[in-house]
Parts: sequence; C-alpha cells; structure tokens
Amino acid sequence: MSRRTALGHVLGLGSAKDGTGHWWAQRVSAVAMVPLGLWFLFSVALLIGRGTVDYLSVIDWIASPVNAVALILLIATMCYHSALGVQVVIEDYVHGGTKVVSLVLQKFAHAVLAAAGIFAVLRIALGS
Amino acid sequence: MAKFTLPANSRIGKGRHYDAPANAGKTRRFKVYRYDPDSGDNPRVDSYEVDLSRCGPMVLDALIKIKNEMDPTLTFRRSCREGICGSCAMNIDGVNTLACTKAIDDIGGEVKIYPLPHAAVVKDLVPDLTQFYAQYASIQPWLQTRTPAPPDRERLQSKEEQELIDEPSACILCACCSTSCPSYWWNSDRYLGPAALLQAYRWLIDSRDEATGDRLDDLEDPFRLYRCHTIMNCTSACPKGLNPARAIAETKKMLMERRH
Repeated sequence: MSRRTALGHVLGLGSAKDGTGHWWAQRVSAVAMVPLGLWFLFSVALLIGRGTVDYLSVIDWIASPVNAVALILLIATMCYHSALGVQVVIEDYVHGGTKVVSLVLQKFAHAVLAAAGIFAVLRIALGS
Repeated sequence: MAKFTLPANSRIGKGRHYDAPANAGKTRRFKVYRYDPDSGDNPRVDSYEVDLSRCGPMVLDALIKIKNEMDPTLTFRRSCREGICGSCAMNIDGVNTLACTKAIDDIGGEVKIYPLPHAAVVKDLVPDLTQFYAQYASIQPWLQTRTPAPPDRERLQSKEEQELIDEPSACILCACCSTSCPSYWWNSDRYLGPAALLQAYRWLIDSRDEATGDRLDDLEDPFRLYRCHTIMNCTSACPKGLNPARAIAETKKMLMERRH
C-alpha cells in the first residue's frame, strides 16, 4: 500500500500543458467536414438521380479536377478527425501498457487509410 | 486494459426486510444499499417499510427515522438538513442529489438509495471522498495576487465582477456532479472532475486574482481538463442548479483565447 498523500497522487507528474491544440483541431476538422460531407452526399445523390452510377461514369466524376480535389480534402479531413477521436476513446477506456501501443497503432491505421484513399483518387484523376 | 467484470465485492446480495410497526399509517418501501467492508460480506440491499404518517417530507427525514426507530446500524453522513453543507449527497432513485432537499413525494414507488456512484464505500451510504477533496486542494482555491493588499481597505471589485463569481461560489462540494460523470468514473485518477473544475473557473474569473495564467497552465492537460466530453451529467445532477459544464467550456475558451 502506497504511503503517498492524496494530494501527491492528484498532482502526479504535473500538467502536460497540452490538449488545447488537439481539442481545437477536433472542432476545426468537424466544421470542415460539414461542407465537404454535404457536397459528397449531394454529389452521390445527383449521380443516382441521373442514373449514372455505373463504373465508368463514377470514374469520370472522380477524375474531374474539382471533384478529385474535394474528395482528397474529404478523405484527409475524415481520417484526421477520426484519428483525433479514436485517440480520445483509447485514452478514456484503455489503461496500462496497451494504451501507448493502441495509440500508436491507431495513428498508423489512419495514416494508411488516408494514404490509400488519396492515392486511389490521384490514380483515377491523373489516369495511370 | 478496460475491465469488463466488476470486483467481487461489487456484487449486491439480498438483504433484510424491516416491517413497519402495526399502528403505521401510509407506508413507503425504502431499499437501501448496505456495505460494511470490515465484515468481509458482500454488499446487500435492505428494505424498510417506513411509516410516512409519522415522518418528515424529505428522504433524509426517512433515513433518520430508519436509523432512530428501525435499524441503528444504518450509516450515512448528514449535517445541516437544508442543502448547504453537502454531507448527505447520495444516489436516490437513480439520480445523485442531496437527501435533505429531495422530497419523498417526488419519487414514485419504492425509494432506492445507493451511495454516490463509482466511489469507494467506507460504509453503507458513506463514500470515500479523499481524492475528491485532494482534487479541490490541487486547484489552489484561494486568492493569489502579486499586488499587495491596500493597507486601509479590502481588495475591491465592481458589482459586475462580483456577480461573475456568484454562481460558482454557490457550490457546496457535495460531489454529486463529479460522481455522476462517466469520464470521471473511468479516469478520476487524472481527470479533475466537474466540481474541482467549476472551482478552478471560479478563481479564473475572479477579477482580484492575479494567477490566472498559472492556473490555466496547471489545467491545460489532456486528462486534468480535456477528459470533459460535454456529457452534461454534472449540470443535470447539481442539486444547487449550477452549471459546471458551462464553466469547463468557458475554461477551454480561455485557453484558446490566449493562443490567438
């Protein structure tokens, strides 16, 4: 049993003087996803409405410069926002040694998702 | 790793039943959590048929009646019986509140009484608030200045400046808010919790205090402050009608303000 005082436990290692950037980034990326998300849903609805959801028409749609740029922004913002959010979930619920491992792995996973998504759009847009 | 099972002494067994006296008028059943760590037994829920025709209107009145007339072993904290000391905070009918300001008539059916959630139990309805008080002490809840006090009078505030700290000063540190917060349940070893953060805010906005920057430095931490996910249980639980969630949001805004 530890003889440390209750105040000693609470003061712990002191303040990390960090967290405001993370909190703000989560909010800014959420706001950014409002127009990007609406644009995406609207565009998909439009494609369905026109009856042009076959493979070639969708490829054409992605290849247009405006759509490709917006898609890349959406993928990047979504992965970034998700990485920030999953980090908080892990910090909330995972304790002990597995915490740091989970935090690193989730960052890697989101980086891979973002890279794969953006690469796919670029490949279509730049046509190779 | 996250724990999915409760410790053995969290499993609640069947308790004893205490009948109302034969000459009782209208009765109400009170189901009360009982636990004595020294006994080695698991917790149990005892039920008491309380004679409401000879009982005050509040839940605390019924608890005192039970202790005086039915079962002297029942243990709980109480003092002022008028909602200003914060001693009788407990979970009544599923909500953290003060037993002395909660009317029995506001509860339908059986009255279920448990200690404040997710706190270690000292005995029956008495939670261990050692850490809670240490968290309050850690935010240095006193006036800090560099300017010496005027020799001939108090440190003055305008009426508007005083009104800013009226609401957070009304906190009685009963712990209803912090122990209703899921984020505090999972991380109370590092998250300060709504009560301590409301008091931190009370000193942040005190116009006489000159340690605002140091106070913000101490709070700026992913766990101490930013474990608040705006769940708002604190605000709905507060028996004094205060708003710790807003105070935390304002603190986050102050931290943003000094960056831009």
